Amino acid sequence: MADAPLIAGGVGGGAARRRRAAASSFSRVARFTAFRLAALLATVVVGVYLTVLIANMGGHVDDIRRSTIREGVAMVVGMDPEIRRLPQEQRQQYMQDLIEIQERRLGLDRPFLLRSFSYLGSALTLDLGRSEFLVSDSGSRQVRLILLERLGPTLLLFATGQLLLFFLALVGGLMLSRRYGNWIDRFVIALAPTSAAPPWFFGIFLILIFAALLRVLPFGGMVASPPPAEPLAYALSVLRHLILPVTAIVISAVFLSVYAYRTFFLISSSEDYVEMAKAKGLSSQAIERRYVLRPTLPYIVTNFALLIIGLWGGAIITEQVFSWPGLGTTFYRAISVTDVPIIVANTVLYAYLLAVTVFLLDFVYAIVDPRVKLDGGSR
Amino acid sequence: MRALIRYLAMLRQYPSAVAGLGIVVGTVLFALTAIIVIPYPEAVRLWRGGEGMWTDTPRFAPPAWTNWFSGANLPTTIRLDSADGDVPKMREDLGGGLTEVHLTYAFDYPFDGFPQELTVFFTPTFEASRPNASLTWHTPDDREIRVGDVTLRSAETFRISQDTRLERRLGGLQPEIGLFADPADPTRPLKGRYELRVSGLVFEEAADIDAKLVVYGQVHGWAGTDHRRRDLGVALLWGAPVALSFGLLAAVGTLVTTMFIAALGVWFGGWIDALIQRITEVNIILPLLPILIMVGTFYSRSIWVLLLVVIALGIFTAGIKSYRAIFMQIKQSGYIEAAQAYGAGNLRIVTRYMIPRIVPVLVPAFVSAVPTFVFLEASLAVLGLGDPVLPTWGKMINDAQANGALFRGYYYWILQPAALLLLTGFGFALVGFALDRVFNPRLRDV
Repeated sequence: MADAPLIAGGVGGGAARRRRAAASSFSRVARFTAFRLAALLATVVVGVYLTVLIANMGGHVDDIRRSTIREGVAMVVGMDPEIRRLPQEQRQQYMQDLIEIQERRLGLDRPFLLRSFSYLGSALTLDLGRSEFLVSDSGSRQVRLILLERLGPTLLLFATGQLLLFFLALVGGLMLSRRYGNWIDRFVIALAPTSAAPPWFFGIFLILIFAALLRVLPFGGMVASPPPAEPLAYALSVLRHLILPVTAIVISAVFLSVYAYRTFFLISSSEDYVEMAKAKGLSSQAIERRYVLRPTLPYIVTNFALLIIGLWGGAIITEQVFSWPGLGTTFYRAISVTDVPIIVANTVLYAYLLAVTVFLLDFVYAIVDPRVKLDGGSR
Repeated sequence: MRALIRYLAMLRQYPSAVAGLGIVVGTVLFALTAIIVIPYPEAVRLWRGGEGMWTDTPRFAPPAWTNWFSGANLPTTIRLDSADGDVPKMREDLGGGLTEVHLTYAFDYPFDGFPQELTVFFTPTFEASRPNASLTWHTPDDREIRVGDVTLRSAETFRISQDTRLERRLGGLQPEIGLFADPADPTRPLKGRYELRVSGLVFEEAADIDAKLVVYGQVHGWAGTDHRRRDLGVALLWGAPVALSFGLLAAVGTLVTTMFIAALGVWFGGWIDALIQRITEVNIILPLLPILIMVGTFYSRSIWVLLLVVIALGIFTAGIKSYRAIFMQIKQSGYIEAAQAYGAGNLRIVTRYMIPRIVPVLVPAFVSAVPTFVFLEASLAVLGLGDPVLPTWGKMINDAQANGALFRGYYYWILQPAALLLLTGFGFALVGFALDRVFNPRLRDV
């Protein structure tokens, strides 16, 4: 009890220092964030531009534009009784003129290099006109509406899966590093190579076991059909449908991640400063939190970022295998009917999703790593 | 060379690596067998051959080895063709230009299940007058059942199992069941020797009748068949060389280029390094699979075009950053300075002094990258963007998915290619893991 005031004094001084440190770290993180945001926006613009270039190499974006114009003109002409009364040839001529004017207005007669920038603008805002075949649930054929409607389910599935994966891997890694060499540890190491397979692959097996053989979980979809009217029942139904795809996402990466984190924790817990902390007699929890976890967090975040970026790639098929009504399934349907506007816009949307992922993880990185400075910019 | 042997000797200490190497070698041998047994044009023909190719095989038949596990001896396909001499043929001259041709199709039926279908394919030869044929069925217990009569065109297919008149004569049982059913217990087939007698009447001197009887089984071959009656064995065999070559080429193409570019960037520094960094940042947010899908739908589905795109997009990835970090350290080393002092050129320093140092990191990364690309190829095929001519494992899974294989219980259709994919991927991953430990001493004790 005698040293209680000393501790209190220490805490008081620490609080002031911490407040100051918090303020400076806030401005540091804010400046870093702003810088990264600007850099990423530039990256997205370049990335989308490349997407447009690839898509239009066969004139596909031009075709989207032309058919949109044609449809619009046909609609205008069809609505106008005066024009409808004109003889066939004159009407055709009139339509042709209108189409030409529109094409010139949108710059379709200009060289591609100039046009590509106007495409870039419409691709960045997903303003790619109407789909050729697919229709949104609300009955719209606007590409943007179709895709935005599907964004929610995709985010629900992958955010759940990735967060679960992150915490499982972190906790699992810590637990295994605490007592490595036991049978669980060896079991996880033995299973780590299975992470070579993507989530959809495990999805097939999960469906086979739990849906086809045991009949305890649904084959796919997001909600029972017909969807329950009551909100609680609806949520439960969605939860039930989430189990298999989320499990597939987690299984596909968890063993490798646990193995990687555990190895990393083991290596860093043999560092001199950890030995020093042990010699000071700190509790193993304190050592873990302050001396092992804290310095390795930046590495873990980076590692996780790369994992997630890889996972987005498999998202399309994972959704398709589970008939999850997200972007991936829409993409799959667009491929099977060759719906060009949807394919281009979906690619752009995935680029956005990747950029947002990179940005969020950069942000987390800046928070956990005090060494990140503005001039560092990149990792 | 000596270093290589030493590393291999170290690899021997890891049982998982030995197992992995075994699997990899096995897969390679399997792939080579496929190429030798079924040459490329033959594989394409067997897989794309059109309707006439697969008439003699059943639809949706699991592989024959499933019989070992199910306990029931389900029928395999029986095929008897008079053109091949499987069947005794008798010609009887009735005078007046009339000839009767007798064909007797006798076969043993020791199975526990009914056949899937029953069809006779006639290939008569005649000038103008179309021959007639009448078919009778003899069961092991000496019953005689009239099957039907047909007037033959140049190629006539008589689907016994779809003949509704015969079905009515058999008391409402489907012909493929009614013809085989045990009269005492119509749910079970009668085992023994069956005979189908075809007697044809031809009206010309040179005319003749040949016919092929196919009793479609419920199981087929070592791999089963799909919805188009194709033998899945072709795809299972040929999936191996396709998957391996795609995986290996993509891994070599991306990793070697990545390493080289990272080394150049670090050595020259300045704007080259900055440019490489910026390209990498853009490339990381370019979604690989969607772009591959775009290329696949708009330009070409050839697996080799997609391979090139995979390599092109796979160069400037996160790997470039980690190699860069290692090269940065190497660049500071004294021996590089020494090399510069004796007047080594830029290219010499990069290729002879920097790159060899990174091989210990590169080799495990290479082996671990192979399964990723193997699965990427399968992923593309599952999305319906498989190579149009080549049979691959991913395309099998795609076909199975499209036909609701899991829902309808055709598990063999998905499980076989999936098992091969998993085995291939797992083998490379095991070796990659062990190599990682061998080359990175820090990992060795933990």
